[in-house]
Parts: sequence; structure tokens; C-alpha cells
Amino acid sequence: MTTISNTERGAAKVMNRTDLTQRLVARLHKDEAVVGGIGHTNWDLWASGQRPQNFYMLGSMGLAAPIALGVAVAQPDRMVFALEGDGSLLMQVGALATIATVEPANLCVIVWDNEAFHITGGQKSLTATGADIVAMARGAGLTNSTWAADEAHFESLVDEALGGTTGPRLIAARIDMTKPAGTTDRDPVKIRLNFMSGIAPPDKEG
Amino acid sequence: MSRDDGAEPWHETVIRVLKENEVDLVTYIPDNVLRELIDALHADPYFTVICPAREEEAVAIVAGAYMAGRRGIVLMQTSGFATLPNALASLVVPFQIPVVMMISERGILGEFQIGQAIVCKTMRPVLQSIGIEHHTIEEHDHVPFVVDSMIRQAFATRSPAAIILSPLLTKRPRAGAAQ
Repeated sequence: MTTISNTERGAAKVMNRTDLTQRLVARLHKDEAVVGGIGHTNWDLWASGQRPQNFYMLGSMGLAAPIALGVAVAQPDRMVFALEGDGSLLMQVGALATIATVEPANLCVIVWDNEAFHITGGQKSLTATGADIVAMARGAGLTNSTWAADEAHFESLVDEALGGTTGPRLIAARIDMTKPAGTTDRDPVKIRLNFMSGIAPPDKEG
Repeated sequence: MSRDDGAEPWHETVIRVLKENEVDLVTYIPDNVLRELIDALHADPYFTVICPAREEEAVAIVAGAYMAGRRGIVLMQTSGFATLPNALASLVVPFQIPVVMMISERGILGEFQIGQAIVCKTMRPVLQSIGIEHHTIEEHDHVPFVVDSMIRQAFATRSPAAIILSPLLTKRPRAGAAQ
């Protein structure tokens, strides 16, 4: 297993979002919540199996991490993941400082960086010209932010996050331009109700 | 619910009504008119208070918390509301999430900044066009009933709501208090 902890962006392997999403989901065994950001990010989450603890965002670009922060604050005993694309994160980059300030131990933001707005035609995003998501996150105060060097390193970072003891963290992964493995069924009320029952606190069930 | 005789400042009434409705998460973007309310919320251990970078975040945090079983409210001023139409129209409204917003109204009745006066005009048309329940409080005596009933209706109907605080409430000298 790779154990690089401070991989430079340029040294990180370009991986595949579908594969990494499946690797993440395969490691979830405690009803962890996952908030999938707009577009291909949540399509691949959908395609990885519709866990009731998944929330699929249909618009509101950039708000996956803030939504996940709200879930994490409301349920400090549940691990919460936010999945975002590079374009989405850059649209709401102040959220990194908010998360660093609130400091929930149970929140992990995962960013898929393909240097592009893939769904709108592959236009280059700002990470294509040098913006480094991990450097920005660290600068915002999320000191525990890391580029995934390769698939094994990604899995080890997820495992560390699932340990949940060292505060909020960010994992960034460079990904290719492969299309996602499915398409989310866009029924917002159904998505919300499934998610709410999937993460219902014990005293609020039934 | 009977202390509407003018003795209680409006921000204290708001805090009391939030507690009565078990709203214990507050997100806000700073605003001078809301300063006393914000200070009192920070000072009260009942509330978790978060000041993010932007109003969209404030809305999303409360939306996420609601889905996880916790009730929240978002505080902002008029110009901040103007940054919200996309988050409201693509998250809060279609997912039917009861995000309660409290907006201090700038741009009218003595505004000195033309940008505020213009952006203020977008607020009610946006709320109208995406069907968000809203009510403007002008009278001190109306604070407990309107805030309480807006919050209760929002959660009962799984609908967002906007409670607008007019300068008539927040800036006008209190005739009742002087009597």
C-alpha cells in the first residue's frame, strides 16, 4: 500500500471517478452519510448503489460540502462525506474556511479534479491552469488535506477518515474524463425522504 | 406568549420563540440591524451559531441539518438574500426543505446606499416567483405571533419561509416603550 502523505498534485495519478466512488462506497459499513454534488459526481454515486444514506444534489452547484456540514453538525456521531467536482468546489470555495472553523471531526470532503466542467462540454476549469485544491484547502485552515497518490492511497485516506478522530479533512483525487456509470433519477422529494429515513436518528424513527 | 406589551426587545422575543420551536441551529451572514440578535445568540449556549462565508452556505448548512433531524434558521440582510435565488430554486424549494430565513430589510425608509435601495426591489419578486411564503413584520406587537406561526407553518408544511424585518420594526423609535 502506498503511504505517501504529502503527494504533490503533479505526482498524483490520474484515476477514474466511477472506480474511486465504488472503492469509497465499499468501505462504508456504519451508515455513513454521503452527499453527492451536482452532475457526474452524484451520477457515479447513484451508479455505485442507491444507499439510503446518500443524498443526490440536483442543482445548487457548490453546496454539497455545506449540506454535508449541516448533516455533520446535526449528527456528530455519524461520519459524513461530501463529494464535489473541482468546478463546484471553486464556486463555493469559502466553504472550506467555514468547515475549518466549525471543525466537525466527522466530515470528509472528497474532490474529484478532472480540470474541466465535464458535463457542459469539457471546458477547462481553473485547476487546469494551476489552482491546487489541496493547497487552497490547507490555506483555508483544513490542514488535513491530501492528494490521493493512487487508488490504494485513496483507500487508506478514506480509512483514516472513517477513523474520524482528527477533525475535518479533504481528499482530492485527479480523475480522467470518462463518463459516469449511470444517471441519477431526478426526483427531489423522493431523494430527500430516502435520505432522511436512511440517516434518521434513533429517537426520530417511525 | 403574552409578553407582547412592548417590554421585550424584538430580538429577545425572537430568541424565546426559536427556543419554543426547538430551533437551535443558527447560520448567519453579519448585518448591523441583526447585531443584537446575533450577539445574544452567540452568548446563549442553547444555540449552535455558524457564520459561513456566504448566504448560500448558510442555507445549505440549515438544509443539511434539517435532513439530519435538527431545526435551524438563517439570518441575513436584503442584499444577501439577492445571492440566493439559485440555491432556493434548485435545493430548498424542489426538495421541500423547511429552511426558515430571517431577513433584515435594507433599501427602504432612509437608505443611504443606492445599491441597497435597488437590490431590495428584487427580494419580494424572487420570493413570489418561486412561491416562498413570506411576511414582513412592521409592528413590535406582531413579532411573537408572526415568528412563531411562520416557523410552525414552515416545518408543518415542509416549506421554506422568509420572515422580513421592516425598518418600521427595527429602526422606528418605540412609541409603546415611551408610553
